[in-house]
Amino acid sequence: MAVTNIIRAIGRRVVDAVWRIGVVARFFFLTLIYSGSCFRRFHLIIKELFSTGVMSLIIIVVAGLFVGMVLGLQGYETLKRYGSESALGVMVALSLVREMGPVVAALLFASRAGSAMTAEIGLMKATEQISAMEMMAVNPIARIVAPRFWAGVISMPFLAAMFSAVGIFGGYLVGVVQIGVDEGSFWSQMQAAVDFREDIMNGIIKSLVFGTVVTLIALFEGFDAPPTAEGVSGATTRTVVTSSLAILMLDFVLTAIMFRGA
Amino acid sequence: MSLNSLVEIRDLNFTYDKRPVLQGINMTFPKGKLVAIMGLSGCGKTTLLRHIGGALKPTKGYVKMDGQVMHELDQDGLYAMRRKMGMLFQFGALFTDMSVYDNVAFQMREHTDLPEEIIHDLVIMKLHAVGLRGAQHMMPSELSGGMARRVALARTVALDPMLIMYDEPFAGLDPISLTVIGDLIRRLNDALGATSISVTHEIQESRKMVDSVYFMANGVIVAEGTPDELRASDKDFVRQFVHGEMDGPVPFHYPGVDYRQDLNLRA
Repeated sequence: MAVTNIIRAIGRRVVDAVWRIGVVARFFFLTLIYSGSCFRRFHLIIKELFSTGVMSLIIIVVAGLFVGMVLGLQGYETLKRYGSESALGVMVALSLVREMGPVVAALLFASRAGSAMTAEIGLMKATEQISAMEMMAVNPIARIVAPRFWAGVISMPFLAAMFSAVGIFGGYLVGVVQIGVDEGSFWSQMQAAVDFREDIMNGIIKSLVFGTVVTLIALFEGFDAPPTAEGVSGATTRTVVTSSLAILMLDFVLTAIMFRGA
Repeated sequence: MSLNSLVEIRDLNFTYDKRPVLQGINMTFPKGKLVAIMGLSGCGKTTLLRHIGGALKPTKGYVKMDGQVMHELDQDGLYAMRRKMGMLFQFGALFTDMSVYDNVAFQMREHTDLPEEIIHDLVIMKLHAVGLRGAQHMMPSELSGGMARRVALARTVALDPMLIMYDEPFAGLDPISLTVIGDLIRRLNDALGATSISVTHEIQESRKMVDSVYFMANGVIVAEGTPDELRASDKDFVRQFVHGEMDGPVPFHYPGVDYRQDLNLRA
């Protein structure tokens, strides 16, 4: 009897999970279908770009600077053992452009902009703003979800690029200004080793994928949140947890595809 | 469908989670009239309103608005029908990221190609009608409950709807705001030549403003008539509701085990 109950509970969870994936997929397709109107009225996307992208800049810049400084310190300590301190610029730049930039920027984006999107839409639902919109014959997916979705997708690569750029500057401050690595080697080796297509483009593709996934999760959780204080807080937590895990899993998959044998 | 009625409800049944919420509802809302639907919380009033707005599909029966059966419409048809409706939500449901002005202008911008100068004049006129022209630049968070309800009212009538629905328009209002909202609902209905349906608990204010009342209990209509007829009604439920009596068909005590048993007293 106990075994039957366990199997039944596992089965229910699997069915629920598959069902939820289907609902998310439907939500995603509806968002794409109703995206036309927000591109015709681009000011809706610009408004969201400000609240998701521009408002995330400070946390991205500060985090990028410290991550770059830590990379500079750790990188120097490791490279010194092999007498390759001059390759510090390459190490910092490749770490940031290929991995840290897209991944850490996406994690920060999920916790700042993603959680804000979920809470905002969840509260709009709880205060009947979404019902009011529907009663005014305005499709909430077209008016609320689509502009936020595209703002998230567009802003993510820029935030990742900003993170990497500031991170490289942080590495420069520690490596060149503080420790005294040769400035010429730092920049010239970086310029020679970082490939636009292999490294920068792949970083951009990663950040686009992360931006799509994080924004979709945040918007879906907000739209799906029970219209109560507890419901909204639970949805916000789920956004951060699910997005973070999705970013890390997808990063492995994308890295395996992009850099295998490179 | 009668030429004189805008909304007709026939044999409407709605079951949620195997629980009957509405059973055999028949209602008629004549054009130009203001009709109240009253009853205890949870008796199905808001569910009924959501059926009229096409947000829910009935288990049986239908709601016909302006000659169209609501649940048979596809999304485009439903949205076309909703453009003829306005709905005031319980606490206003103003868009919190928009100013008072933008809230009222919202539907005009979404559904019309009117130039911004004309939208400006229309918004100012709507806000003037509810006495809040001077609050046009304020955000919803800066408004009192009564002001928010008036802005929501201006937004509800922004496109001069044929049908206006009010979901508990008096909930949580002070006596002055309550009178103001009641007066505005009546005046706007008459000025626009609209038909209004108000779901409410408010006996005194409704008595002054509505043309007729439907009383609901447990998902069925238990009485109907003019406010004066219902005030004089000898039906136990109506009398208890109208006079606010503590005990009656709706008992004061929620059903439970015997009181003495709960106190562990021996007989």
